[in-house]
Amino acid sequence: MLPRDLQLEQFRAYPPQARALVASSLPTLRQLPLSFLPSMLRELIDYDYKFPAERSAIDGELTYLHSRSVSQLQQDFQPFAQLKLSAQLESVDWVNRPGQFVEEESAYLWSTHQLDAFREAATRYGETLRNASPPPALPLRRLGIAVVGQGVASENAKLFRKLRPHGTYFTHIKPENGTEILLMAVEARAQAHPVPYAHWYIDGGQPLRSTPTLTSVSYQELEPLRAKLLAYMQAQIARPGMGPEELRSNLARLAPGDLGMDAAGDAVLQRFHMKLFTEGSGTQIFSTTFAQWTTREALRRAEPLTLLARFAPRQRQRDMNEMISNRDLLPELDPAGSLVDADMAAYYHWINQQRLAGADQSSFLIWFEGHAQALVIAPTLPRGVHSDSAMDLKGLLALATS
Amino acid sequence: MTPVRQQRFPSTASPQEIAHRLGRSRRDFLREAAGVAIGSSLMGRRAWAGPAGTARKRKLIVVTFGGGARDQETFAPEGQENIPHMLGELIPQSSFFTQVTNHGILGHYVATASLATGVYETLNNFSAVPPDHPTVFEYFRKDLRRPVSDAWVVAPSNGFNRIGESDSRGYGPGSGARVILPKHLLRAASGAPGPNYDHLLHDNYETPLYAPELGGGEFELQQLERVLKLSVDDFTAHARALSSPDELSVYIARQLMRQESPSLLWITMHDIDIAHAGAYSLYVDAIRRTDRLCAELWQAVQAEPEYAGNTTMLILPDFGRDADEDAGGNGFQHHRTGDPASRTTWMMALGAGVRAGVVYDNPVQSIDLVPSIGAMMGFSAAQAQGRPIKELV
Repeated sequence: MLPRDLQLEQFRAYPPQARALVASSLPTLRQLPLSFLPSMLRELIDYDYKFPAERSAIDGELTYLHSRSVSQLQQDFQPFAQLKLSAQLESVDWVNRPGQFVEEESAYLWSTHQLDAFREAATRYGETLRNASPPPALPLRRLGIAVVGQGVASENAKLFRKLRPHGTYFTHIKPENGTEILLMAVEARAQAHPVPYAHWYIDGGQPLRSTPTLTSVSYQELEPLRAKLLAYMQAQIARPGMGPEELRSNLARLAPGDLGMDAAGDAVLQRFHMKLFTEGSGTQIFSTTFAQWTTREALRRAEPLTLLARFAPRQRQRDMNEMISNRDLLPELDPAGSLVDADMAAYYHWINQQRLAGADQSSFLIWFEGHAQALVIAPTLPRGVHSDSAMDLKGLLALATS
Repeated sequence: MTPVRQQRFPSTASPQEIAHRLGRSRRDFLREAAGVAIGSSLMGRRAWAGPAGTARKRKLIVVTFGGGARDQETFAPEGQENIPHMLGELIPQSSFFTQVTNHGILGHYVATASLATGVYETLNNFSAVPPDHPTVFEYFRKDLRRPVSDAWVVAPSNGFNRIGESDSRGYGPGSGARVILPKHLLRAASGAPGPNYDHLLHDNYETPLYAPELGGGEFELQQLERVLKLSVDDFTAHARALSSPDELSVYIARQLMRQESPSLLWITMHDIDIAHAGAYSLYVDAIRRTDRLCAELWQAVQAEPEYAGNTTMLILPDFGRDADEDAGGNGFQHHRTGDPASRTTWMMALGAGVRAGVVYDNPVQSIDLVPSIGAMMGFSAAQAQGRPIKELV
């Protein structure tokens, strides 16, 4: 089937808001090429479970597409239309399984050497969308905070090397009460600007305390979900003929109810939690990867104004199947390796934050938990310099946000 | 949304321009760090007579610097601390190609198969299937009438068991290389894996469940003693002292060199692919280990009378990994975007017939490897789609 053949009844399995969007957009959707449309439907089909920022982006994209004439749409999508797909792809139920289509399309584009052309077309389309709808002004400057090195006693770690050229490196920070100061600052921002899903606290271990005003995600609190997911993976592994690609596809098809999640909970957040484990690589076994991926996905999807990510030691590397089996309830930890992981993850935190609106005004703070090393990137602070000024985390935060 | 500010390259640069700049940045770094020359060098080519009479003795070893490694963790200034052996010991002896591009599918088995056939293969990366086109081992054995003992592959276990020979008409079963999968061997030798060996049985994250059924020309346990002159007890005792699957591969390769002295030996490293699990420290540790193992392998070449002075060693990654700045990826963790950083790598050639201390900027493709090996060793890679690298032949 091709997009021009689309009928509204084919979308009856879509959730209500997604179906309504399709109903109002069908004439436009019919004009889009098959190489593009399923990737858009992959987002649309989850519209009811998207964060506000994602919904706004979808709404904006549809508004832009509706504003284009037939010839303009043809011109916009010509690079996609030029890609040659197989008849087999056309027979996939891409309306109801757009994710599966995109996976198969990706494999096909790789094997026919068309991936670079797709990539170029997608990049150009993204730029067109960004130019068409400038982002709204933010209610306050974005702030990212990364806390790394929990459990590391040594002061000798050479940290923040990738971030140093972009900010001021501090070496005499007073660590007393540091995590609580940071957490309270995030809560204060949430109370002053109570926007849904705009203020996050992500912990790679046990959360410091309850934070009802924040969107909180922690490795420890999601342990029951992680255990169920690992048990599911184990069961899948035991099935004859199961391979990594089949497993990945099966994971992508899971719904929160399949993993015993409470139907009465926050549906948006539940899906987010589930996808951290079903779509992330390594999130199921390493807490540092979990914290990094959660931060990345929160920034990409929810575009928070404030995000505090705190890293905890991950388990030491063992045989992969053994780690997936999750039999060892108290695995040996690797604090030193986890510090290296977290240092890189914080760099990615900053990069991902800088992809968002207001990047030139945003701030970023990273602190070696319990120690004197920290770094701040802020529009008001010099870059690539070192400061031995003594101050506590409160003072450092003031510098970051002034 | 605004684009990321920390662009390494201007967004207007084409993938070709970016690949070229990646290559140039490697060259500039090598010139400063290792004092190597650029392009044509005044330094002589390593003595290698080359005529047919001596070609029988020439040895060639290919090492894939496995699992995909990026510039910033290897040859860029900030990565130099991870490759002290290649930088200090191997680069001064080598011809270094700064811009090797892989235009194929960036999955490890399919990419390694493409390296071994000189054709961008399109097979399923996770299937135990042979390449569609003849492998370098088949060309080598057929054209030069070499016995099966003269071409060997040492590879990780996930899917690589069929890489020794193709399904191609006129070649195929029995005409290629014998394949050793050291992890399979260790599992067989030690029975059920226990705490002594778990560290050697690590697999990459993308394929934790994949254990291909043995088929093709793999090495069987009974041949440990007959071919490698290793008892099961000796093998397992040695294995206990090693720290990773690639350590095990190099150990097996050294045994092969000592006992069989193959003229064509292909070693696929894979520890680096632990990056898929997202732990940067494990990825960097694996790069450091692979750097050390490459140097140890070259030292072993010098120490083996059958190899010293007549061996060419080629070291190259199968591909890179995604750039930090590419919004479609997650940095070092994967190689899924097809961006220039994931497609552009390097190659180091050292030993017989190779100019020492030279850096070449001209772009080459990963499928040029097989025709180049053919030209060096005196066989024709008839179906390969790449071209011989003129600086090597």
